Amino acid sequence: MPKTELKAIASARSGDKGEGSNVGVIAHSEAAYRFLVEALTEDVVREHFKGINHGGVERFEAPNMRVLNFLLEDSLGGGGSASLKTDAQGKTHGLAILRMQLDIPQDVLDSVRPA
Amino acid sequence: MTRKDKVLIANGQGFWGDSILGPVRLIQEGPLDYLTLDYLAEVTMSIMQKLKGRDPSMGYATDFVQLLDRILPEAVEKGVKIVANAGGVNPMACKDAVLEVVRKHGLNVKVAVVEGDDILGHLDELMASGEAFKNMDTGEPLSKVRDGVTSANVYLGAFPIAEALDQGADIVITGRGTDPGLVLGPLIHEFGWTEKDLDQLAAGTVAGHILECGAQCTGGNYTDWQNIPKMAMIGYPIVEALADGTFTVTKHEGTGGRVTRDTVVHQLSYEMGDPANYITPDVVADFTSFEIEDEGNDRVRISGVKGTEATPTYKVSMSMRDGWKSVGSLTVSGPDALAKAKLAAEIVWQRLSYDGFDYAEDERLVEFVGANVCHEGIDIPNADQPTEVVLRLGVKGPDKAKVARFGSELVPLVTSGPPGITGFAGGRPKAAEIIGYWPALLTKDKVKTRVSVFSA
Repeated sequence: MPKTELKAIASARSGDKGEGSNVGVIAHSEAAYRFLVEALTEDVVREHFKGINHGGVERFEAPNMRVLNFLLEDSLGGGGSASLKTDAQGKTHGLAILRMQLDIPQDVLDSVRPA
Repeated sequence: MTRKDKVLIANGQGFWGDSILGPVRLIQEGPLDYLTLDYLAEVTMSIMQKLKGRDPSMGYATDFVQLLDRILPEAVEKGVKIVANAGGVNPMACKDAVLEVVRKHGLNVKVAVVEGDDILGHLDELMASGEAFKNMDTGEPLSKVRDGVTSANVYLGAFPIAEALDQGADIVITGRGTDPGLVLGPLIHEFGWTEKDLDQLAAGTVAGHILECGAQCTGGNYTDWQNIPKMAMIGYPIVEALADGTFTVTKHEGTGGRVTRDTVVHQLSYEMGDPANYITPDVVADFTSFEIEDEGNDRVRISGVKGTEATPTYKVSMSMRDGWKSVGSLTVSGPDALAKAKLAAEIVWQRLSYDGFDYAEDERLVEFVGANVCHEGIDIPNADQPTEVVLRLGVKGPDKAKVARFGSELVPLVTSGPPGITGFAGGRPKAAEIIGYWPALLTKDKVKTRVSVFSA
């Protein structure tokens, strides 16, 4: 089965959180949310961000919003004004997670209405 | 006081530097009861403290005064009240400047000031009384870095804002408070909510969180951006709130942008930690508790928000001097843009090293903007073959002279490096002070808030 980008079934928003960032992944359907609860583990997300995040990853679930929220502990090159990086606020980390390639089952892809 | 059934609250400013068109258009383009304006970020307080040090009449968001000069007559005519954290570290000076505007336009307006958040002058006595101000991230006590502290502010809650409105204020100026408090304060005032109405306080907090970044909930910074109409004329957000805590997120008719379940959830996810425990001085809100329903026509309804009792502490935000940094950039054209940029970076470090200036790995930065800097480590086809790149170099550290020395080896690359390097119009990058951030907690009863009301 060819891999599909996470973007096909979810959107995302990110921002700074101290010396790290938070990445909220918003599933486009209940089926997509249930799939992502299984597929987007802390380990999978830590591996995806290995070039950006140098700390741990913690996940929180908000099923009412169909959101999985990830805290990337050390992803800004130092917090606030101490960072030298272009993206010192983690503004682009949401789009970064949506590039992830996943084996998404056909029924999950079918469950997502066109936005 | 006769209570309204429904209260309309907008936010026209997501941060200091947001477009003036947001609030200007909110006043003009539709009905409104309250206009809130959020000017403060963590770093802002430190910058304002520095400005106040140079001139005791400064240290607040001067943008706010310019905005009022433009909108106040129409806001007064329409009965729109204004709540802003524009006071920064000098809310009384902000009030004086606002009263000038009020007099200039000959208006009959009451201006209230909320004070008590600024604890910089009391830090030592608070520490002597047993407050360690341990860093919430590292656990270290403040005593380690006390001398470098340049600002210290408590995040106050929404009740002082409600008290100011209870006293008849048309404009409320605060210093540091929670961002959602700007929205929750008017709701407490309008609906007579008390500290015991935890679910309502939590609902107002959720509403405030949705509004606090302006157009970020109406289609700004939105994944599916191709489906956002008229982004240039994006509508800033409004909540229509009811006394039971139910509210609808919307925007004025005919404005650009969109309000959908997805645009609102985008903003609900922004700067989120543990969604089940969103801690403010007023309540602990549970962002996993509510129902969210897209009613169509740019209307999203949120109901059933649950809250639990607030914690006994305030969050304190302190900033401090934390060394120096310098960053500069040059543009490298093709052919072979990336290879030439990599060589140019090596040349800079070698020349600095020759002169005795070596920077540790974690004290320097090399970025090739255009060759996947933002999504580093994620496989993107052809990211290593840009037609041109911006070479961005930087250093940081405690020694100002060493940091400054770096800045003078960037521009020489134009004539003594590989060909096709340009974009040096900014000249030598300078050393700038790093502002460190120290989050801590403070027992609530050690903070005294004051509300005062003035008229022109």
